[in-house]
Amino acid sequence: MSERVAVRKTYKLFIGGKFPRSESGRSYIVQDANVALSSRKDARDAVVAARAAVKGWAGATAYNRGQILYRVAEMLEGRREQFVALGVPADEVDAAIDRWVWYAGWSDKLAQVYGGANPVAGPYFNLSAPEPTGVVAVVAPEAPALLGLVSVIAPAIVTGNTVVVAASPAQPLAAVTLAEVLATSDLPGGVVNILTGRLSETVPTLAGHMDVNAIDLTGVADAELAADLEVKAAQNLKRVLRPAPVDHDWFADPGIARMTTLLETKTVWHPKGV
Amino acid sequence: MFEYAPAPESRSVVDIKPSYGLFIDGKFVDPTDGGSFKSINPASEEVLAEVAEAGGQDVDRAVRAARTAYDKVWGPMPGRDRAKYLYRIARIIQERSRELAVLESLDNGKPIKESRDVDVPLVGAHFFYYAGWADKLEHAGFGANPRPLGVAAQVIPWNFPLLMLAWKIAPALAAGNTVVLKPAETTPLTALLFAEICQQADLPAGVVNIVTGAGDTGRALVEHPGVDKVAFTGSTEVGRAIARSVAGTRKKLTLELGGKAANIVFDDAPIDQAVEGIVNGIFFNQGHVCCAGSRLLIQENVADRVLESLKRRMAQLRVGDPLDKNTDIGAINSAAQLARIKELSDAGSAEGAERWSPPCELPDRGFWFAPTIFTGVTQAHRIAREEIFGPVLSVLTFRTPAEAVEKANNTPYGLSAGIWTDKGSRILWTADRLRAGVVWANTFNKFDPTSPFGGYKESGYGREGGRHGLEGYLNV
Amino acid sequence: MTATATSARSDLSELGRSETALRTFLHGLPGVDQVGAEQRAAQLGTRSIKTTAKAQAIDLAIRMVDLTTLEGADTPGKVRALAAKAVRPDPADPSCPHVGAVCVYPSMVPYVAEVLRGTGVHLASVATAFPSGQAPLEIKLADVRAAVEAGADEIDMVINRSAFLAGRYKEVYDEIVATKSACGDAHLKVILETGELATYDNVRRASWLAMLAGGDFIKTSTGKVPVAATLPVSLVMLEAVRDFRAATGRQVGVKPAGGIKTTKDAIKYLVMVNETVGADWLDPDWFRFGASSLLNDLLMQRTKLTTGVYSGPDYFTLD
Repeated sequence: MSERVAVRKTYKLFIGGKFPRSESGRSYIVQDANVALSSRKDARDAVVAARAAVKGWAGATAYNRGQILYRVAEMLEGRREQFVALGVPADEVDAAIDRWVWYAGWSDKLAQVYGGANPVAGPYFNLSAPEPTGVVAVVAPEAPALLGLVSVIAPAIVTGNTVVVAASPAQPLAAVTLAEVLATSDLPGGVVNILTGRLSETVPTLAGHMDVNAIDLTGVADAELAADLEVKAAQNLKRVLRPAPVDHDWFADPGIARMTTLLETKTVWHPKGV
Repeated sequence: MFEYAPAPESRSVVDIKPSYGLFIDGKFVDPTDGGSFKSINPASEEVLAEVAEAGGQDVDRAVRAARTAYDKVWGPMPGRDRAKYLYRIARIIQERSRELAVLESLDNGKPIKESRDVDVPLVGAHFFYYAGWADKLEHAGFGANPRPLGVAAQVIPWNFPLLMLAWKIAPALAAGNTVVLKPAETTPLTALLFAEICQQADLPAGVVNIVTGAGDTGRALVEHPGVDKVAFTGSTEVGRAIARSVAGTRKKLTLELGGKAANIVFDDAPIDQAVEGIVNGIFFNQGHVCCAGSRLLIQENVADRVLESLKRRMAQLRVGDPLDKNTDIGAINSAAQLARIKELSDAGSAEGAERWSPPCELPDRGFWFAPTIFTGVTQAHRIAREEIFGPVLSVLTFRTPAEAVEKANNTPYGLSAGIWTDKGSRILWTADRLRAGVVWANTFNKFDPTSPFGGYKESGYGREGGRHGLEGYLNV
Repeated sequence: MTATATSARSDLSELGRSETALRTFLHGLPGVDQVGAEQRAAQLGTRSIKTTAKAQAIDLAIRMVDLTTLEGADTPGKVRALAAKAVRPDPADPSCPHVGAVCVYPSMVPYVAEVLRGTGVHLASVATAFPSGQAPLEIKLADVRAAVEAGADEIDMVINRSAFLAGRYKEVYDEIVATKSACGDAHLKVILETGELATYDNVRRASWLAMLAGGDFIKTSTGKVPVAATLPVSLVMLEAVRDFRAATGRQVGVKPAGGIKTTKDAIKYLVMVNETVGADWLDPDWFRFGASSLLNDLLMQRTKLTTGVYSGPDYFTLD
């Protein structure tokens, strides 16, 4: 009996909840696979998809977003072996799963920790509450491929932002596979969009895009490129998360700064009277 | 007729020196590579004082003084002692409030009733509020041991000179930073009086440094490699340039920039109070307010009635001598700003909007602009999109709540917004959808040290005031 | 008034015919935000009125005083003395104007009338079972007729707060209409007793109700409950008369009463009148102060302005 011929996977982009090829029709070989090589147009399409998803995702209840992030953890747990097979160390997969769980719990707590009533000196109700900033462009760290990726996506979306993620060019398979997890986790299409390929092609487009509200430069290792991207981001005053230090410990407690940098604080006043 | 006799506040309470140096390392010093410029009273064009203009070396000296003070004195000092200095400053501000108010009105052109009843009391309150944080930072929600950043470079605008100084210096010092602050070139005098207050409070030398000057001085300051933090309040254009200049550095940046706030009046609004809010929203401080309610959105079915009330109310506004206690609208801060207001207003007329001002006699000398409204404005008009920063209101109408929100958000800015309606659920629905950092419902232009202030989108990032205001000055 | 600003006068006169129409109209008036109204009133209170403006304001305020005594212990002698003071508030200074009116209980009207005849000072009398108004309508109307017959040319009635707070607006309306009719030629001031109405929304509704029913003046208070006239209450009432004139063409006067004791207070009210309704109301025919001790303070301040010396209470008559 002949050995069964395996069905290979086509590694595509993840935009608006769908898995398109790059509109450019290009791919590159990495991790023994053909992976889509995103174009600037793909980046722009991803922004459009992310923007379209903002209203529904930011408008969802915090409880609902928490449920969905927890669902992502459940789905990831089920595909644990798939990531291990891609070369992701088992302890990293575990940490990534746990990170989804950790952030899921933040969805309906951050407003209480980060916002609150302000005791103004007058007859006013005054409340500050965090809101998502909108569309966030994210440069995922080159490594660890899965935990690093989860650690930049989850804090952005848990509060209601939507993201366009430039995956690690050298290790994109974890990202594309994570997209499959996200697609089966009740996460609305467009909340997470994943681009593979060269950072130099997609990220400058995202950094200069006027309909992107914030950019997370975590994965930009080249200091000069990071500075250039930050300059581009200034055009519409994007909120900027600067590159992470090379020795950043992705397994450590992340803290809340990653979430809060991508939030706006809205303060509402109202008189108290009869 | 009931004519109010002139009721001028006495200016004898303030002693303006003929010239001022830079305040560096606790002393007033002459610039080494700078020059000087004149600060004038915009209500009379009279020269108030000659003020030093800091050059690059002067800025460097100031940053070094701040660094030394940070390393040697202010950084190591226990929070409770930093608190006491800030409390001391707060008290001196309260004690010298009349002097500060008069000087602010002289240098800025704002009515004395505003500098006396709004600016200066808020300045004292701001220092008092942040003083209390200095020894409680570990409880502020930024971790168990939040650390200051170091030296803060702060550049502030001319519209609320002393209040913006307080918004910058109080949280910076409370968090343990030292500062180099550059006041605006048209309004340096209260900052220099504040420097004297620092001396009076025996604040250690170098903790607060004031470098006066214009754009070049500001640029030298924010681009100085020795600063760890940049805080800027001013135009979006300059904010953008600063954001570019700190790209790739370690400097933490907070920006409080322009706005084009929508003030939304629904048909069930408490109309008389809404009219007051509209007036306060755009004519407070001559409209030199980044969060001014400069776009009035009125529900079409009450537009005529609201406009009629608004015009009647505007006819009561008293424009003139800023030091007269009955003045509602003072002088435009500078000839340049007046030119900008005129240009945009002329554009409003040229683009077909209908212009109206109440009968209003303006003084011959100084910079003046009558309170003005434009009706028949659409979103496409320049006066509906660009920040005028003057007493000019653009009036638009809407039919449904969704349309109001859509128009309100249809701007690159996102600093503030107003909502007027008697229906509670509509307030919350609308507030949720407005992309603005401060939403005033059934009120407008209210400020408090405990209340975070700052914008969405191109109105900048970071918050000033409240617990949130500490974040920009801590290593979190 | 939103809906009626441009409608004809006849539309409003129909309102009193039905409870439903009245209610719909009054509840359709724009709300009043308490904090905003109080802030506006406080702001107006910061106006600085000096020198010539102050002199002008003091004389105007004197002419607007309804010099009032409403005590169980009032006697013919007491009210005659008060009336004499109303006519010549400052015997030492003939340039000092007389007050607007003297205000007394109906039983005291005849004694006051003797003194005021021909002086130009009006004679006001509280009627309608003042201050509570808790008497049968017929008795209240008899009270009014008696006061008018005795010589009062202004009647200060109290509205039926019980009916108002219970939502029986037509009953309140009908009582005012009946009282107005009982007044004959006398002017009718309608006391809302704003301290019992509790909210500015109620003050606005009661103001409109009183004006719709034909009141010539709306007045804040009896002076017999803890909260009397305040600046923000008067502001809301001034806005009401302003809007009522815009809607109907008829001008109605305003009288804050109770608690206004100093020149400073009075000037704040005049500033508010000036900047809310304008010069048309800056006249004793359209604005009055219900007060007693206010007059002496106005006189003291007046003397100070003319002589440059601060006076003392011993130099002014206590009547």
